[in-house]
Amino acid sequence: MPGATEGEFLALSGISKRYGGVRALENVDFACGRGLIHAVLGENGAGKSTLIKVVAGVVPPDSGVIKLEGVAQRFSSPAAATAAGVVCVFQELSLIPDLSVADNISLSAPPKRFGLIDARAQRRRAEELLAEVGCEDVNPLLRVHDLPLSRRQMVEIAKAIGRRPKLLILDEATSALTSADVEKVYALLARLKAANVAILYISHRMHEVEALADRASVFRNGRHIETFDKGARTTAEIVQLMIGRDISTQYPSKPERPRPAAALRIENLCWDNRLQSISLDVGAGEIVGLGGLDGQGQKMLLLALFGVLRGVTGTTTVNGRAVRLASPRHSKSRDISIALIPEDRKTEGLMLPMSITDNLAIASLGNLLSGPFVDQGKERRAVDAGIARLSIRVGNKTDAVSTLSGGNQQKVVIAKWLMTQPRIILLNDPTRGIDVGTKQELYRLMRELADQGAAILFYSTDYDELIGCCDRVAIMYDGRIVRELAGVDLNETNIIASSLNIDTAAQAVASASATAHA
Amino acid sequence: MHSDLSIRLRQNFGFLTAVVLFSVVYLLYHVAHPKGFSSAVLVQNANEVFTLAMVSMAQTVPVLMGGLDLSVGALMTMVDCFASYLLVGAAGGTPLAIDLFGLHIALGTMPGGPSGIMLGIVICLAIGTLGGLLNGIVVVYGRIQPIIATLATGAIYIGIALFLRPQPGGKIDEDLNWALTNALGDFASTVHIFDDGAAPWFAPFAGVPTAFVLLALIALVVWVPFRRSVAGRTIYAIGSAEGAAFMSGLAVDRAKIIAFTLGGFLAGCGGVFLAIQTASGNADIPQAGAYTLNSIASVVIGGTSLLGGTGGAIGSIFGTLILRVISFFFRVFDIAPLLQPLFEGMILLAAVSIGALRMLRVRNTLESFR
Repeated sequence: MPGATEGEFLALSGISKRYGGVRALENVDFACGRGLIHAVLGENGAGKSTLIKVVAGVVPPDSGVIKLEGVAQRFSSPAAATAAGVVCVFQELSLIPDLSVADNISLSAPPKRFGLIDARAQRRRAEELLAEVGCEDVNPLLRVHDLPLSRRQMVEIAKAIGRRPKLLILDEATSALTSADVEKVYALLARLKAANVAILYISHRMHEVEALADRASVFRNGRHIETFDKGARTTAEIVQLMIGRDISTQYPSKPERPRPAAALRIENLCWDNRLQSISLDVGAGEIVGLGGLDGQGQKMLLLALFGVLRGVTGTTTVNGRAVRLASPRHSKSRDISIALIPEDRKTEGLMLPMSITDNLAIASLGNLLSGPFVDQGKERRAVDAGIARLSIRVGNKTDAVSTLSGGNQQKVVIAKWLMTQPRIILLNDPTRGIDVGTKQELYRLMRELADQGAAILFYSTDYDELIGCCDRVAIMYDGRIVRELAGVDLNETNIIASSLNIDTAAQAVASASATAHA
Repeated sequence: MHSDLSIRLRQNFGFLTAVVLFSVVYLLYHVAHPKGFSSAVLVQNANEVFTLAMVSMAQTVPVLMGGLDLSVGALMTMVDCFASYLLVGAAGGTPLAIDLFGLHIALGTMPGGPSGIMLGIVICLAIGTLGGLLNGIVVVYGRIQPIIATLATGAIYIGIALFLRPQPGGKIDEDLNWALTNALGDFASTVHIFDDGAAPWFAPFAGVPTAFVLLALIALVVWVPFRRSVAGRTIYAIGSAEGAAFMSGLAVDRAKIIAFTLGGFLAGCGGVFLAIQTASGNADIPQAGAYTLNSIASVVIGGTSLLGGTGGAIGSIFGTLILRVISFFFRVFDIAPLLQPLFEGMILLAAVSIGALRMLRVRNTLESFR
């Protein structure tokens, strides 16, 4: 609707962008106005990220015009876009890990005194902005790499707010946040909206979009499909628009069967005051979820089970045999066969500059040898099988894995570990920042693997996912498992109540907060 | 949560280790030295430290960006050779000329006297700065990794130095040499300030080595403001996460050029001082290489990560101090010179290992890769 773009705050017309042979954006017309929260929806590779990058001055479009307040713009860099009032909170955090929170918040335009950075004013500013986003508990002197992911994301938002944007773009900005933080972000966005800021909001969490957005635009295959106002479309219709095919059931059905024998048994596992006396069974063929607020020890438990942590006490039994897991290499060895799909695919999952083939084969090279050398034929067959199994969309297998979209990268990480033929699979929030379609493929895959006899321990920050996928869910709070939920008890109210460590007598409070969350 | 003090202590662990280590070994040195705690020993030590300290500070800037500068020693040597022509200070001036391809090209006369010397110092520092600027331009606009770019430019700088001084030689104004390589009292009496250094209030400072004061001055006037400028912070940001720095709208390319230029200036300071200290110029290739390697060692001992992003030039000064004090010990204990590299290497390894000690306390082994 090119005519409708006139008079809007931001108006794109005829924007196209290609990367090599892939068309990321195709003749896109798009507009958004001030004082509105405008959601951008779409599957992997639908062009959302490219759209944002074009608007934020990260990549120049091949053709088309970007108008800001009616004036045509050609941003040469993110700095130019920021100067024009366009500020982006990127999915891949733009914080500098070795600098302090205060330094990061005032990174490009710090307060100055006598031409030099005024550390005190900068700190005050950081404290004010952190308070504004509801994150007062972070000391601005701390370095960013010492903060958990959820806090970093809040700092990232504080940094963006500090630039007083006219157009704020949030790209999966809540994907690592705890529910409490998400509420704070909602409140903040409402305030910004009232202050007439234009907000572009990209999220894969449908209930977030429903709760927040005044208007939504759906993208598919680099094209702008439709823009509609709040309430004009049902969730089912939106999902339909996004993926262009019908999805009947979101989660694969759970088999009804007695609880299987434990493939992985943990007893009284403790580590460094952060994991306290954890006991848990995961049976062969079972998907056990780990839930709770972010940072309650779930990630540490997975790391402990993968041999990453030193000084772990307690007993771990794999297939009836007590083991002391010394390193990831030990954990993946044939007689233990544990795989961990890590939280951060960019640093722990993939070697970004290496090829797709290399990344897929790297964990299972031991199975692909002929004498001391990697057998090219075996490697090719194994890699092809891995690609086919997860239907990874790959152009050329020798391309760097960094050229793939986020969801496909995540599939590479998973395929790489499946190629080691693990009997126990640990998943650390594997659906963070990936699209609905890929998520569903992942759910089906998990159930398939379980049916084939794998024991799966699945940590997720998404309650829906835990309820939909898991046979049982262990809720962690402050380094311990506070409750195990299964069957009819496995519902959102119980998860939230246990996550906050509220006992069931306080059901009323819990269901109230559950309603607020939904 | 965490107190400000504990956060600061933890974040400066490497630097503080270097300071403590230096204090201990230097105290031991003075105790062991027959003339320990005297101004003469301090002066000698300060002079031996100054040039390497400058080169180490120069090295710190690219290291903070996650790169290495292999040209700092060569650049320092080139400036040293220039200085041996430009800081002669002869009354009536010094004629300058180039002999190239059999041609004798007269370049005019370098004026003598104090103003001539000041001009000479400014030119020398400008040459160093230009060399650094060239490094920066090659790295940024040539899109070449710093280590390779500076390997090439370093060879060029040594080539120019050899062209200037095929044999060691040249001359430095004697008053300049005297004023800068002794104690503050000698400096004052040479330049006729503070009643030729006899002013009563000045007495407590008269024994302080001039080179030490210069070092502190440069650290204070050059490094501290730089650290607190946007360009300075951008350099830390580049070393820590270059992509994030770019995405945050920082002027990454400009900061890189500034970093190398600043490095060139600091290396130039080292070159000028070395010429003054040795009263000559010398295109000494092994020495240039040794300065480059020692500068890297000093940076690491001083608590700066070779991966970039954390540390600072003040730490590198302490790194240099530690490195030099080790060699001072050889003189006091009269260890055979041939054994020195062996001992130096072992002590260097031990010193660097201290920085790695905290890895033993890492209980999440994943953190040891960050």
